[in-house]
Amino acid sequence: MRAKQLLLTVLVLLVCSSLMFAGTVSGRVTYTGTPVKAKPIDMSKEPSCAKQHATPVTTETVVTGPNNGLENVVVYISSGAPDDSQVPSQAVTFEQKGCQYIPHVLVMHTNQELKIVNDDQTSHNIHPLAKVNREWNKSQPPGTPPIVDKYEKPEFISVKCNVHPWMHGEFAVLTTNHYDVSKGGGDFKLPNLPPGKYTITAWHEDYGTQTADVTITGNETKEQNFTFKAKAY
Amino acid sequence: MHDLSVHAAPHHAPPTSFIRKHIFSLDHKVIGKQYYGLALAAAFIGMFLSWLMRIHLAWNSAAIPGLQLLSSTGAPGGVMTPEYYLQLMTMHGTIMVFFVLTTAPFAAFGNYFLPIQVGAEDMPFPHFNMMSFWVTFAAFLVLMSSFFVGDGPTLGGWTQYAPLNAIGSVGGPGQGAGVVLWAISIALFCIGQLLGALNFITTTLDLRVKGMSLMRLPLSAWGWFITSCMGLTAFAVLMPACILVILDHVAGTSFFVASGLVLNDQMLPHSGGSTLLWQHLFWFFGHPEVYIAIVPGIGVVSHILLANMRRPMLSQRTLIYSMGALAILSYMVYGHHMFVSGMNPFSSLAFSFPTLVITIPSTIVVLIWTFSLYGSKLRINSASLFALGFISMFVSGGVSGFFLAQPSIDIMLHATYFVVGHFHLVMGVAAMFGIFGGTYFWFPKVTGRMMNETLGKLHFWLSFVGAYCIFMPFHYLGMAGNVRRYSSFVDDFLQPLIPVHRFITVAALVTGAAQLIFLYNLFHSRFRGEPASDNPWQATSLEWSTATPPPFDNFGGKHPVVYHDPFQYGVQSSVGDYVMQASPEMVKTEFEEK
Amino acid sequence: MAKLFAITLVVIAIVSAIPILRHTWAAPEDISTHGALIDEQMSETMAEAGISFLAAQFILAFFVWKFSNPGPDAKIKRFPGGAKGLVIAALLVVGIEVMALGIFGVKAWANVYLTPPSADALPIQVQAGQFAFYFRYPGPDGKFGGLHPELINEGTQNIFGLDPEHDVAARDDIVTAELAIPVNKEVHLLMHSKDVGHSFFVRELRVQQDFVPGLDVSLHFTATKVGKYEIVCTQLCGLGHYNMKAYLEVMSQPDFDNWLKQQAGQ
Repeated sequence: MRAKQLLLTVLVLLVCSSLMFAGTVSGRVTYTGTPVKAKPIDMSKEPSCAKQHATPVTTETVVTGPNNGLENVVVYISSGAPDDSQVPSQAVTFEQKGCQYIPHVLVMHTNQELKIVNDDQTSHNIHPLAKVNREWNKSQPPGTPPIVDKYEKPEFISVKCNVHPWMHGEFAVLTTNHYDVSKGGGDFKLPNLPPGKYTITAWHEDYGTQTADVTITGNETKEQNFTFKAKAY
Repeated sequence: MHDLSVHAAPHHAPPTSFIRKHIFSLDHKVIGKQYYGLALAAAFIGMFLSWLMRIHLAWNSAAIPGLQLLSSTGAPGGVMTPEYYLQLMTMHGTIMVFFVLTTAPFAAFGNYFLPIQVGAEDMPFPHFNMMSFWVTFAAFLVLMSSFFVGDGPTLGGWTQYAPLNAIGSVGGPGQGAGVVLWAISIALFCIGQLLGALNFITTTLDLRVKGMSLMRLPLSAWGWFITSCMGLTAFAVLMPACILVILDHVAGTSFFVASGLVLNDQMLPHSGGSTLLWQHLFWFFGHPEVYIAIVPGIGVVSHILLANMRRPMLSQRTLIYSMGALAILSYMVYGHHMFVSGMNPFSSLAFSFPTLVITIPSTIVVLIWTFSLYGSKLRINSASLFALGFISMFVSGGVSGFFLAQPSIDIMLHATYFVVGHFHLVMGVAAMFGIFGGTYFWFPKVTGRMMNETLGKLHFWLSFVGAYCIFMPFHYLGMAGNVRRYSSFVDDFLQPLIPVHRFITVAALVTGAAQLIFLYNLFHSRFRGEPASDNPWQATSLEWSTATPPPFDNFGGKHPVVYHDPFQYGVQSSVGDYVMQASPEMVKTEFEEK
Repeated sequence: MAKLFAITLVVIAIVSAIPILRHTWAAPEDISTHGALIDEQMSETMAEAGISFLAAQFILAFFVWKFSNPGPDAKIKRFPGGAKGLVIAALLVVGIEVMALGIFGVKAWANVYLTPPSADALPIQVQAGQFAFYFRYPGPDGKFGGLHPELINEGTQNIFGLDPEHDVAARDDIVTAELAIPVNKEVHLLMHSKDVGHSFFVRELRVQQDFVPGLDVSLHFTATKVGKYEIVCTQLCGLGHYNMKAYLEVMSQPDFDNWLKQQAGQ
């Protein structure tokens, strides 16, 4: 009994201390070189989607922003975080709209509920090409309930639609809740980090993975940038 | 080959235990009834699947209440997914073609009546015969099990074209285990039918009683005999083809898969296989198969018409030779399923000529039937109505074959509803009418009771008119370009055709419901039908000269002797306007051919 | 009841013929140079089939009406000529009919399938894959770059598996999701499948041809009318088969040249 009380007290103290001191890692993901020009997608075979886009959408494998910013890079704590076994109770949502996946990259925790909705007038057949987790594909006619599933193991999973070949997205299944996806000029932010030593990983679906080590001592904001080499083809 | 002394079938003692009498029976009559029961169950399952398909086609985005209980992935919220539609369609076709149209006309009626019609006690290989039913039954269970495994049954159509049939689950839901189960089921089915064909052929050639020459066989017996010859050769090709497909799935072979194919942005590991090889193997079987489905019906319908016209056919021999010609020609025409398949276009022309020529024996059969009605004394009852309906449906279905036989026209009609209309009229309707006619005709001999005539006629009218309402419009859809095997109609040019589909669906549901009248009639009459005499139709063939139902060894220890051909109607005898085959009475007849 | 059968049969036969005679659901207008012979074959076959169908059903109906439920004095009659006459009639009438159709149909078929494309036909490559059609034009250099299936990546729209990094001829190839062709100019399609069996069907062009995985299939035709038409897949290829289509745009030569330039710029 006394040992248990002691353990509890120590834990509370640790948590409180971590709450008192919480730092942030932020920065930009950029690229060097010349990336492939984004290609426009011709959706003419699916008129109900084609008409939703006044100008054709472009491929999203490489999305760039101002000042050589690189978007859709998943930046996350790959080691060092103490509270990562917590599975968030709310679901993440993957939307099929205008024959595109929104968001293009969806991050979730292992065992977190994933909800897939179809907002289009056509049937989609969502096919996450998992290799570590269980691979499945399911058709979702318009007006049917959301598909609910979850992934048990960490993995980066390519997602395609079996019916509309241009549809492409990514699931990032992580074992951490400390993550961000770079936007705009490639900006990302990882707040709420208690003092400690961390490894940060930046993953891009085409340009690969990079890591960096960061140490947080108190409430400070540490800057960490990542630069990827663009591919011309 | 006259007057063969009877070689008795291997004597087997009458069964005593329940299991030997009703379950693992060596008696061809029990086996025939078991096949009939299997076909009946399969027909209702296949029909139910067609209802689901038709409802989905007519009201595409609607939820079918309760469908999610059948499959929660196949019908989320009750709305059928595209793959589930194709899976239901594949199972519908497979169940109907194999477990109804090959099983009922040939295996069910043939097993029961061929030995009796030749005068034998049983078939020469009763153990093979028993095995043939149980292997077929096992095949059915294997096929149905695909509903319950993994991602469901295969979705590739009953024709299972390569390479979709061989690449595994990467090709889509059901293409892994679903295909393997399909192929195992069909391979087993082939084995069952081969065992049956062996028995039918040897029964016909070796077990005819004294006086039963080949030309004195009833036309129904000729139908079963010719069909069994086709079965022996056609199923013998399909079975190895199924084994090759299974090997492509489980043994890493590439019989049907070429190299350089990509799915999900990944190269498939196969190389060296041939897409068209499957089509050649399948259709070499597939075309004779459709004649296997119809020739027994031609025999049965001839048999029923004879008893109800009260006169012989204009020429029985011509009917026999025509059935034989259909069987032989059926092997030369299979490439008409492959006109635009990518095979050598000269081959397409080569196949089209025998296909056009096969019209001739088909026409001769219809002409003999129709012009035998001239000057006859036609009796109208349920059996004869279905026989007449068969003639009408066979004409309608045959006439659309005229179009499909020509490659230049096939450019516009291949893979459209025109083809679906054509084969449904000949198989889904005409062959079914042969089964119905045979049932109404022979029910009294099998059970000792008559089926209810009022219900039988009602069943006929609803089915006859209903079937035309369903399948005639398929031809119009096809000519407008309506592509087949679509789970939804999303293309611009298909939108104006959707109202036609709705009409068809309503007709299909009503006509389907009418089959419940038949089901009720079958069971009610079995227990409560009017008692029947041994020969209620005053017919001549040997089954009517034995007791009702026939005893274990068919003729009660006596071997009948045959004195006449089965066509002695319209004569004057001591019993009426006919003379039975086994009756020694000699009468003045203009019609004796043998 | 025999009379009811006869009447029902006659009504069914006539009602069935009506939509055909009135062209209620007819094939669309032919816009090809080879289609006239196909349409002619179709009309002739329809006339012969139609007459056979009506005659057979009417005769059956008539005989059922006349020869059922006979009185007690009725005698069995034999149709004059018996079987022999009928067999000879079938052999001659049907035999000649079908042989004529077969022989005249050879030309209609040969025009599409047994004649080679002309030397100056416009070559366009077609790739069919679950569940879309894509088209490739050779670009200003007039050469198609090599195909590398291992490089196919639908997410980045490298549909054909081109290797522009190492293959110069591939750099100017134009890949589109619509098939645009100039009117009145022969087009030579070079068709292959990425994965399973598919088929190319354009009703107005009077063409239908399967894609055979492992084979390169050739098809040529000339379109005679400007307009937008649908290319649909007719070979069951998986769950998305019903949704596999592309538009065919037949344009004037100047419009086509502009369109091609526009596609190249993207």
